[in-house]
Amino acid sequence: MKLDPATIERLKEQIAHYRAFLKDWLEPSNLARLRPTLEFQTGILAGFALLASVLLGVTNCSTEGTIQRRLDEDLIKSLEEVVPAALHDNDMLRDTRIIPSAGFNIGADETTVYLAKKSGIVTAVCFKFIAPDGYSGAINMIMGVDRDGNILGVRVLNHKETPGLGDKIEAAKSNWILSFVGRSLDNLTPTQWAVKKDGGVFDQFAGATITPRKSVQAVNRGLQLFQAHQAQLINP
Amino acid sequence: MLLSETYHKIAADGIWNNNIVFGQNLALCPLLAVTGTATNGLGMGLATLVVIIASNGLISLTRHLIPGEIRIPIFVLLIAALVTLVDILMNAWAHELYKVLGLFIALIVTNCALLGRAEAFASKQPVKEALWDGLMMGLGFTLVLVALGAAREITSAGTLFANASLLLGESFKFLEVTVIPNYKGFLLMALPPGGFIMLAFLIVGKRLIDQKLAQRKIQPALISAAITE
Repeated sequence: MKLDPATIERLKEQIAHYRAFLKDWLEPSNLARLRPTLEFQTGILAGFALLASVLLGVTNCSTEGTIQRRLDEDLIKSLEEVVPAALHDNDMLRDTRIIPSAGFNIGADETTVYLAKKSGIVTAVCFKFIAPDGYSGAINMIMGVDRDGNILGVRVLNHKETPGLGDKIEAAKSNWILSFVGRSLDNLTPTQWAVKKDGGVFDQFAGATITPRKSVQAVNRGLQLFQAHQAQLINP
Repeated sequence: MLLSETYHKIAADGIWNNNIVFGQNLALCPLLAVTGTATNGLGMGLATLVVIIASNGLISLTRHLIPGEIRIPIFVLLIAALVTLVDILMNAWAHELYKVLGLFIALIVTNCALLGRAEAFASKQPVKEALWDGLMMGLGFTLVLVALGAAREITSAGTLFANASLLLGESFKFLEVTVIPNYKGFLLMALPPGGFIMLAFLIVGKRLIDQKLAQRKIQPALISAAITE
């Protein structure tokens, strides 16, 4: 489309006109006159609300994909931390199974289980679970279990526990979480599945007993979930 | 003098005289909540710094548009939107940093110091001064957070800047020091009461320094008065 010079000239004039109008309107003296009026106040409040929601909406939409990708990367990284690379040759993010987990008190009614397969045979499984009763909210965790029910690894994905005390459940801050490796429902009795203070085998932290206690209990419930579906999971 | 009179005064107010914590006694909630370690204090301080500069600038820019009767809801709206924006953008583009700082970002909304600066300064001053005020107030706040965090971390765990490399990257590993080796730990200082106790010591320290400075100013005057007598 080509505009003839006359139209362009008219458009330019109009833009100049609006700019002049906006400049006059934005003069502090003019705004001072408008500010006490109810119409102006309503409009301004609505305007700011609109601006804020548009800004947040646009940002949210434009970053949604990126954030999802980052979360996927995080997931792959944590899957690889709890399931050794030597145990699988498949893409665990695509090889999943959904099992019912209501009644195990691990925060969800259905749990997605990621299967680790080596030449088509399930060698280990990996799933996320939640300790819903942490000291200051839910503790999101992930664990890998080999086909016989021994823990390959547990990691905390995110939590709201006290910084400096309860956050020792993170692998980056202390190696407490590694004490789960090799444990299973068979090689520890139900009473041993507890922190030392409660007669079990797992350490608690100075000043934070609830965080590790609830974590141990949640890991235990996670293993029970695996045991309940073991046959079905390892022989797909 | 490097800075003009006004800018110099804003800087002195923000960092020392009218410091958010020492002078205004504001922002105690985020202050006491995160200063268990110096690293957490630094993270919170930097995040707050960014938001307070942005909110000061934005509010100063639109100050003629905002009627006095409804200024508070508008300030709250702007600050909350800014904090959420920082939260989303960091999650997408600085994901590693977000995993460490993410916990603190949402806490900035509860920081009444931001509203305080908007109300007391940014809504009455030109943009450049407001941005400068935001920077200086933010720096002053960061300073207190790091000082309080360091004092509590040393007394509670015997370390300084533990896990700083998680926040700032591997190249800052040298910041992580064990101040007292084989320290048994003094839990009280890591818990909220320890925060209050240590904060009281810091405030006393600041007052003592102020007193000394004031005395030094008076003394020369007294001497000259004695001579003339």
